[in-house]
Amino acid sequence: MLPNLKNSLFALFLAFGAAGSAMADSLEVLVDAGWARASIGTSRPAAAYITFRNTGGKAVTLTGLTTAVAKRAEVHLTQTDDAGVSTMSPAGDIALPPGEDVTFQPGGLHIMLMGLNAPLKEGERFELTLEYDDGGSKTVEVNVLGVAARGPEN
Amino acid sequence: MTYGAAIIGLPALSLGVGWWQVDGPGADEPAGTRPGPLTSMDFQLTDHQGNAVGPGSLADRASLVFFGFTFCPDVCPTTLSDISGWLDDLEQDAERLNVVFITVDPERDTVAAMAEYLGYFHPAIRGWTGTPDQIARTAQDFRVTYEKVATKNGDYTMNHTSGVFLFDRAGQFVSTIDYHEPREFAVPKIRRALNGAEGGTT
Repeated sequence: MLPNLKNSLFALFLAFGAAGSAMADSLEVLVDAGWARASIGTSRPAAAYITFRNTGGKAVTLTGLTTAVAKRAEVHLTQTDDAGVSTMSPAGDIALPPGEDVTFQPGGLHIMLMGLNAPLKEGERFELTLEYDDGGSKTVEVNVLGVAARGPEN
Repeated sequence: MTYGAAIIGLPALSLGVGWWQVDGPGADEPAGTRPGPLTSMDFQLTDHQGNAVGPGSLADRASLVFFGFTFCPDVCPTTLSDISGWLDDLEQDAERLNVVFITVDPERDTVAAMAEYLGYFHPAIRGWTGTPDQIARTAQDFRVTYEKVATKNGDYTMNHTSGVFLFDRAGQFVSTIDYHEPREFAVPKIRRALNGAEGGTT
């Protein structure tokens, strides 16, 4: 009985150890504070932007976003074709390749915040939780800038 | 003999002119997406203060016109932000410019909604809306496309032509400025349209 217990404990130990190292992939994705534009009323969707730096050696995928300020947070992509027509569509899961930056910015990838629970006011901050395919997650601060903000510097 | 020459010559000439305008040096926009002159347009809309407006409202001044919708989270605030920057750079010259935002989403962008939204941006920017038919006619006049796209939860977004159209004081179309264009190029373009001679050239 004792050897079996020891083996089981050992196996359990290994399993936890393995799980621990899998989550380490997303731990190597660095994210600075994000920025968002102040909202105009609460019925209009707002947009937030972040830069991901995958400093690790393995690909990581962003699979989910949650925040208390909105009922739904999704990544969307703006594209503009040669005829000057802009379209916006859900971008699905976002691949974060090893050793690369993925930057969300106006005119491209952005986090669309839908069903705002409260207005986003300039000068305030809110938290956004990023969920990854390896089971890891990270909560970052997002700074609310002006309604016409173009980037994190303004 | 002359008929033969005409039969070959005329089509050849029109092909040549056609090429010039569409693909050659006479074209700077993809074919079919340049608005015609404001003077050839015939739409009627309502501005964000409830006044009836149309192409005549833009007469005698250079104009910046763009299409969008207030429920747009990314492209439209970005464009409005760029325009505000250009207007700041133009300083007093900005007062000589018409700046108009026309909605492609008249269902949500009522006069009141436009007024509320524009209150957050540069005061020179005016908003125009109307009935769906009036908007459709206006888009046709400007050769702009737009389309409603359903999103989850019963919401919708709009795909739309998003560049900023620049017209000179005679109402002639000058060029499109899109939001990738750096301020150092956009502002001089606008200045040239402002200062161009009456009945100016492109």
